[in-house]
Amino acid sequence: MSVSQTTFQAALLDAKALVPDGLTDAEAQPAGRRFSVYRNNVAVSLTEAMHQAFPVITKLLGTQNMDGLAGIFLRQHPPSSPLMMFYGEAFPDFLANMPQLSHLGYLPDIARLELALRQSYHAADSQAAPADALAVSPEDVLKARLSFAPSMQVIRSDWPIHAIWRFNTEADAPTPEAHAQDVLITRPEYDPIPQPLPSGGAAWIAHLQTGDTIGDAFEKTAAETPDFDLGTTLALLLQGGAITSVTIERLET
Amino acid sequence: MSNTAKTLVIASAVAAAVSGAATTATAQAKEKCYGVSLAGQNDCAAGPGTTCAGTSTVDYQGNAWTLVDAGTCADIELPKEANGTARKGSLEALDRDLPA
Amino acid sequence: MLDDALRSNRLPAAPGVGYKPQHFAQILEQAQPVAWLEIHAENYMGDGGRPLAQLRHLSEDFPISVHGVGLSIGGEGPLDPDHLTRLKHLISWLKPASFSEHLAWSTHDTHFFNDLLPLPYTDATLARVCAHIDQVQDTVGRQMLLENPSSYLAFEESTWSEPDFLREISQRTGCGLLLDVNNVFVSATNLDFSPQGYIDAYPLEKVGEIHLGGHDEDEDDHGHPLLIDSHGREVVDPVWTLLDYVLDRSGPKPVLVEWDTDVPDWPVLRAEAERAQVALDRVPA
Repeated sequence: MSVSQTTFQAALLDAKALVPDGLTDAEAQPAGRRFSVYRNNVAVSLTEAMHQAFPVITKLLGTQNMDGLAGIFLRQHPPSSPLMMFYGEAFPDFLANMPQLSHLGYLPDIARLELALRQSYHAADSQAAPADALAVSPEDVLKARLSFAPSMQVIRSDWPIHAIWRFNTEADAPTPEAHAQDVLITRPEYDPIPQPLPSGGAAWIAHLQTGDTIGDAFEKTAAETPDFDLGTTLALLLQGGAITSVTIERLET
Repeated sequence: MSNTAKTLVIASAVAAAVSGAATTATAQAKEKCYGVSLAGQNDCAAGPGTTCAGTSTVDYQGNAWTLVDAGTCADIELPKEANGTARKGSLEALDRDLPA
Repeated sequence: MLDDALRSNRLPAAPGVGYKPQHFAQILEQAQPVAWLEIHAENYMGDGGRPLAQLRHLSEDFPISVHGVGLSIGGEGPLDPDHLTRLKHLISWLKPASFSEHLAWSTHDTHFFNDLLPLPYTDATLARVCAHIDQVQDTVGRQMLLENPSSYLAFEESTWSEPDFLREISQRTGCGLLLDVNNVFVSATNLDFSPQGYIDAYPLEKVGEIHLGGHDEDEDDHGHPLLIDSHGREVVDPVWTLLDYVLDRSGPKPVLVEWDTDVPDWPVLRAEAERAQVALDRVPA
């Protein structure tokens, strides 16, 4: 009796499924518990991976809840690639669809933040633009276009996700208060640093990413967020080494 | 805002950010330390890795899960509005909150 | 014979350990007697950041063995072309001293299970594994080593013994072999065969690298011992004895200690490498 990998796989993720026929011990008796070694290896290693991938979600919910959620998640969404460092891409949406967690509306965005931190950690290295690249005339500043480091990430949220992240990663961090918070992740060296963006900062960066000039991006952002703080936003990007090039197109005469 | 005023606002914000960043960069001029991660953390940011080892831990979870009280979420009280989003600091959110 | 097995394998016949990032600083300070390091290929397939920076740095001081965990060489489906491309890229920039993978499968229908799953030793499996190894060696442009698994169960349909199966694969593809001595001990205990008999039947001249690791003890439904290859503790005495049995027959080989779960502080892992050095010192070169 031959055991296909399709059969093996089906029994692997469903602990209630019968162990496939044709798997035995040394005396040709059915494998029984021996098959459970593989079940445990898969479920336990992927559960452990989820703990490592989402330490703040784990802290927010507690280990027991995370074990339970991971058990469901890994069966619905086994990894689609051997690059385990990126596992859990589907977790934010999975959390958003768990009715038992609907009272914790911020969880999916925290999971997005944790995913973004890992993506930043493994992103390609880059060199920041020289500090004086933007030390140009006011007219040129307006016309400047920016490109950003592959390790830069922006997460927008209706929830105070930076405060919640801090509360669960730093000793004596203040208790989060209810307000929307967008987060900028930069990686000046090898450690991603998440910081809250001023209101409008995420929109301004998004406009720049589509190729707008500093001036046009400012105008669009200020139309939505009149008190947009360009200086603070830009300082966060510069200090994080997130701006890799400044391009100023001068009009041809 | 006139174009001139806008130019000034942007240019002065950019100039302040650039000079601030230059100061910080000098102060932070430090040796590249790729061995040890920030604050002695055990490099959690790397996330999970592959394994070629088995485990003797038994997985009892399966597809069954009931929410139990645990974790720090109990310490964070954020009001949940009817639409499931938190109160926003924006004008839009304030408008929405005005009594009808 | 030996030259053939070691073609393009440049690991020294000395102790190595599985590299863990938490040991980075201590490895640079006090590696002795650890002479080489092994990494899991998949954990160094990101685009940049600290993992690659550390690896670049370590590779200046140590021969590196790239040990793949996710290629699914025994998979019924085709090898993942994206993964092969990533592997080729890693091997071409790192130029490791050795590259190895497992006689196992881990991916099916695009699902990756993060475990080394077992294969029936049949002619069909043999043909498939050989075709995949040919494809891998052609793609990365060098010889690979294939590792024997830890077995917890047997397939009724198997018609080959594991040593014969591995010998045949090596003969057909020109690949070398990675002999995991702990896996032999675990499988022998779980499936009631003699570990020395396994070694006697095994083509030691094809071995380019030896693995050692710790295992856990459990039992099956009938109270029969069931050892689990957990890589979470010291190598047990009977496995060291089995290593001596191998080295007496093979001569000195690169010997790696794997410790992947409950990873200890550096001195504990280093002490395991010292024990491997003692085993190697017994053997005339």
